Amino acid sequence: MMNLIASLITVLIMILLALGIAFSATLSSLLTVVIPYAALAVFLAGFLYRVLLWAKSPVPFRITTTCGQQTSLPWIRSNPLDSPSNVWGVIGRMALEILLFRSLFRNTDVAIVGQRPVYGSAKWLWFFGLLFHWSLLIVVLRQIAPWINGLSAADGFFEIGIPTFYLSDAALLTGLSFLFLRRVVVPQLKYISLFADYVALLLILGIVSTGLLMRHFSPADLLQVKNLALGWATFSPVVPARIGLVLSVHLCFVFTLLAWFPFSKLMHMGGVFLSPTRNLANDNRMKRHLNPWNAPVKVHTYEEYEDEFRDKMKLAGLPVEKE
Amino acid sequence: MKLYNGGKIIAGIVVFLIVATFPFWYGRGKAVSPPDLKLDTPAIQRLKEKRCVETAPFMRSNHMKLLGAWREGAVREGIRSYTAADGQVFQVSLTGTCLECHSNKKQFCDRCHDYSGAKPACWSCHIIPEEVR
Repeated sequence: MMNLIASLITVLIMILLALGIAFSATLSSLLTVVIPYAALAVFLAGFLYRVLLWAKSPVPFRITTTCGQQTSLPWIRSNPLDSPSNVWGVIGRMALEILLFRSLFRNTDVAIVGQRPVYGSAKWLWFFGLLFHWSLLIVVLRQIAPWINGLSAADGFFEIGIPTFYLSDAALLTGLSFLFLRRVVVPQLKYISLFADYVALLLILGIVSTGLLMRHFSPADLLQVKNLALGWATFSPVVPARIGLVLSVHLCFVFTLLAWFPFSKLMHMGGVFLSPTRNLANDNRMKRHLNPWNAPVKVHTYEEYEDEFRDKMKLAGLPVEKE
Repeated sequence: MKLYNGGKIIAGIVVFLIVATFPFWYGRGKAVSPPDLKLDTPAIQRLKEKRCVETAPFMRSNHMKLLGAWREGAVREGIRSYTAADGQVFQVSLTGTCLECHSNKKQFCDRCHDYSGAKPACWSCHIIPEEVR
């Protein structure tokens, strides 16, 4: 409960700060000239730092959390996607994980029915998680890659309202609301939810809702937004005379998210590619994997031992392998 | 510092950097100048007071809302006249009122809309004046 309230207060303070920024010319120019590049630099550097940190950790063993038969004898049918033994299988498993969230699809739920635990499938998190991530991808692509033909047209297919209400926006809000509400409504989840869990969701929710607000209710000055974006992309940022209130909140949220991203749980964007239980082929029985941090052990084999003590062994009447 | 699977990690990082900095290198060298609207059609030049339905700043920020309201009023409720803030009455008609003065869609509407990437749905029903003549 404390975490939820603290995160809500944090986001509210951010909104107030953003509104304050919009009223001050100096702070507005800071927000549109310095902060965008600073946030992007922190994002890129932090992202690389995290990935390199992971890459520096040795993965000595193949962690084989599999749900299928591994490749062994030719007459035992193996499951190449659940327990891959080669690169192609791993690529297939990773693609299914990243594009379709296969692990989440296997979620189970347990309920006590008549004093006995009963296990059933639980697909809600998988469904709304997938909905959220895919619609977020479409929204981001619509923003930064308008040259993808037909994306906006397909997204706004039903032409609801002026300007068209995009289906991906509705899906994004639905997915986000579910992800947020499950941490508020389900007692067990509320108990384990941390401050950062709520803040991550609230930040994205804030970006989405201010974006929709600017599109449908209090239109942002599109020319100004375009000038701003072009200025950033060409490294010649323009300082607008006056920045809209909603736009200011939107930008503050975006830059906060960008700068905080590498240090938060959202780093699973890069981390998912490095999950050892997903990206390591189950080939423990085919290849010998040496532990990279093994200290060099000085071994003294039996052959060497016998060479050293053969005379003494013979004198003592002990059997030797080589005469 | 030792990287495990260094080749794959660096390949991944390169892909990430290319995608993440995409807006900076995409469209480099393609200079886009801010839109320059042409307000000198014969109909506008004949006007004594150069004024749209409402004031220019209002039209600049609210024309889409106004057109939306006109559309809904005219098509759904048959409201065909609009009283402006200064009391002038206009006929609610895109072709008859708006395009009467702004007969240069390419030099007027499209300049801003192309620049900012806004795609209004006007022309899925309405004809474009220049194409008729």
